[in-house]
Amino acid sequence: MLNVSELHSFYGRAHVLQGVSFQVAPGEVLVLLGRNGAGKSTTLKSLIGLLRPRAGRVEFGGVNVAGWEPHRIARAGMGFVPEDRRIFTGLTVAENLETGRQPPRPPLPAWTPARLFALFPNLGQMASRQGGRMSGGEQQMLTIARTLMGNPRLVLLDEPSEGLSPLIVEQMAHAILALKQAGVTMLLAEQNLHFAARVADRAVVIESGRIVWAGTMAGALADAASHLQV
Amino acid sequence: MTFLLLQALTGLASAATLFLVAAGLTVIFGVTRVVNFSHGSLYMLGAYIGWTVLGHLPRTPWGFALGVAATAVALAVLGSLLEMTLLRRLYRAPELLQLLATFGVVLIVQDAAQAIWGTEDLPLPRPPWMRGFIVIGAERFPSYDLLLIAAGPAVLAALWLLLHRTRWGTLVRAATQDRAMLAALGVNQRLLFTSVFALGAGLAGLGGALGLPLGSANLQLDLSVITDAFVVVVVGGLGSVPGAFLASVLIGVLQAAGVALVPKATLVIVFVVMAVTLVLRPHGLLGRGGTLAREAEAPALVVPATLAARWLGLAALAVLAAAPLFAGPFAVAVLTEAMIAVLFAASLHFMMGPGGMASFGHAAWFGIGAYGAGLAATLLAWPLPLALLGAVLTAGVVAALFGWFVVRLSGVYLAMLTLAFAQIVWAVAQQWTDVTGGDNGILSVWPSGMLADPRAFYWLTLALCTGGALLLRRVLFAPAGYALRAARDSALRAEAIGLNAAHLRLAAFALAGAAAGLAGGLDAFSKGSVFPTYVSIGRSVDALLMVLLGGVQTMAGPIVGAMVYTGLYDLLLQTVALWRLVLGLAIVTLVLAFPQGIAGALRRGQA
Ligand SMILES: Nc1ncnc2c1ncn2[C@@H]1O[C@H](COP(=O)(O)OP(=O)(O)OP(=O)(O)O)[C@@H](O)[C@H]1O
Ligand SMILES: [Mg+2]
Repeated sequence: MLNVSELHSFYGRAHVLQGVSFQVAPGEVLVLLGRNGAGKSTTLKSLIGLLRPRAGRVEFGGVNVAGWEPHRIARAGMGFVPEDRRIFTGLTVAENLETGRQPPRPPLPAWTPARLFALFPNLGQMASRQGGRMSGGEQQMLTIARTLMGNPRLVLLDEPSEGLSPLIVEQMAHAILALKQAGVTMLLAEQNLHFAARVADRAVVIESGRIVWAGTMAGALADAASHLQV
Repeated sequence: MTFLLLQALTGLASAATLFLVAAGLTVIFGVTRVVNFSHGSLYMLGAYIGWTVLGHLPRTPWGFALGVAATAVALAVLGSLLEMTLLRRLYRAPELLQLLATFGVVLIVQDAAQAIWGTEDLPLPRPPWMRGFIVIGAERFPSYDLLLIAAGPAVLAALWLLLHRTRWGTLVRAATQDRAMLAALGVNQRLLFTSVFALGAGLAGLGGALGLPLGSANLQLDLSVITDAFVVVVVGGLGSVPGAFLASVLIGVLQAAGVALVPKATLVIVFVVMAVTLVLRPHGLLGRGGTLAREAEAPALVVPATLAARWLGLAALAVLAAAPLFAGPFAVAVLTEAMIAVLFAASLHFMMGPGGMASFGHAAWFGIGAYGAGLAATLLAWPLPLALLGAVLTAGVVAALFGWFVVRLSGVYLAMLTLAFAQIVWAVAQQWTDVTGGDNGILSVWPSGMLADPRAFYWLTLALCTGGALLLRRVLFAPAGYALRAARDSALRAEAIGLNAAHLRLAAFALAGAAAGLAGGLDAFSKGSVFPTYVSIGRSVDALLMVLLGGVQTMAGPIVGAMVYTGLYDLLLQTVALWRLVLGLAIVTLVLAFPQGIAGALRRGQA
């Protein structure tokens, strides 16, 4: 589904991604683990095109999309959920969902507000509420739902559990597992090992802009117990 | 009572066309973050194209409606072309350069319109159906004005529906908040921006055509409309359509009432409304704070000149001082002009670079100085030194008073407020004929005695302008200057170490105003006359071009820029008939070639 090789990205003159390579197989959930500042968000932004990689390939469904503009990559079927949520605060929940709407992508069934409200029941009760008047957890759900409206084949999720209460984190884990059931492939950036362990199949670890470890989630947990410090 | 009612209705009618322009401007700004200076030119084109189209259609209500609609569509197409060729490349440029580039478009459109439609005012002959009226009290009120009054709320409602009940509108409102996120959701921004621009330009065209029966298509429409529209948009809150509606009604009615009650003070009323609004609500009536946040621009450093550069400057000064001994009278005149330009540019640079306040109306101070000196010399018969002192003090004091409003603002708001103030000074100069002579200006402002010799006057100018520029430099590298730069870079941090940012900026503003006033006073004596063009937008843009040409980072920048610009400008005026077209194209090309400013390009070159 996704094949990233030797990706290099810069902020101005700061060389942040220094040759990142990994793959995501169809239907799996891969977690990108790393400490603060390791380059997780930078990786996701480089994939969706919000940051233009200087070098390297991003093969998505067999096509190299590196250097494309974000809207083209998104229309090719990559969905992006940013870490800072970026809800349109002046728009209602229903309008926020509308901004994400893109044509269906058979054979996957199209996401509709009704299906999303079933996945995130909280949202269904506030369809006409302004995005700015929602709690952090509700906003996090809305930002995922908004991205799903684009019927993505692959969803990039940047720290969906960050800053949420344990109860909401639990709901979030349920939602992600439900998405996986529905056939959505996901790349998750996380620091929270427990959350990652609940949802992910495989893990890669990023440190100072380089992938330093790759393996199964179970392997990652075992390693973490011994020496890996995430 | 009836009289006041009629005035209010007249005000509402003119508010309608104003609203159409302002709504387009504000929607475009909301989404693209570009302040489109050429929006008034689109309105003017609407009036001209409307005049041509309506002349070929039957003079019936349906013919009129069709012609107005066709004009709006034509402008929408022109607007899209403008967006695709120019504005699209400017979205990431600093706002001052966006203003400059779109001002280049204003110049181009002016010459183009003049070439196509000539210099005559083109009134629309009113067909019989348009001459109808209703009777209020004992007075007649044109029914066409009633139509206009209804058009305002109708367009407001239509825009509201468009923005709130269509997918396109939802995307536009989302883009107003976070364009990058919207792109990541798969929305093609280019299409969205072009369509928004088409809508705004169409609205301007609609306004131009609908306003045609109230006046005429003429070459002054562009700048008068854009100034009013800026005021409306700032008062209403940048990006807010309902705000633009409220503000246009407020200003339209106040203007009409002003015309009736205090004819001379109309413009002052408008300015006071704007100033009071911005003091009470810095983001306008319905504007939201924070939506204006832009990526911080890299602060321009002002670095002291190297030793070699200083020696070079000293040598240049020596050559300049000796110039009258071997150069002819024409060269001396051009050099005098160049020295005045140097001080003018240096004073703007002082405000912009170290002060961080990019004024778009710097001609105000130049003009106040020129008029101050001119009036002192003619009305009061003061000798030159006293008249110049008067010019400096007047400009400085007015700048200090006005600066009280300005220093609270930044970015676009600051640029617009300074521009509006300069336009008001310009209007006063033009309309207060008893004192300023209006368009005839003030004549016979010649220096007397020894200074009547152009060479002596040149030496005086050289001494005062170099002295003034050096004084500004001295302030800059004195503790107060460092404090000023600290205040520019972070007002919060500056306050934390005990500097009062607002006071510092105010002092800088007043000082820059006084220096520009000296330049204006000298110019009055050098040319022997003062005209309203001394306060025109063109003059303010001259100063900006000089500073940007030379670069903001060094004190030498504006000086070199002023010399080069004065030379090129004189050459252009003498050799090219369509000089506005050429200058406009030059400005646009310059900005497109260096979207970060020439100084920015140099900085990147060094890196
Ligand atoms: N906009 C930016 N400009 C400059 N440097 C940046 C920017 N954003 C991030 N960086 C730097 O890039 C590096 C990687 O940042 P990134 O946001 O990818 O980390 P992260 O792994 O997502 O961390 P976190 O867990 O805190 O979200 C850090 O050193 C950070 O300081
Ligand atoms: Mg991050």
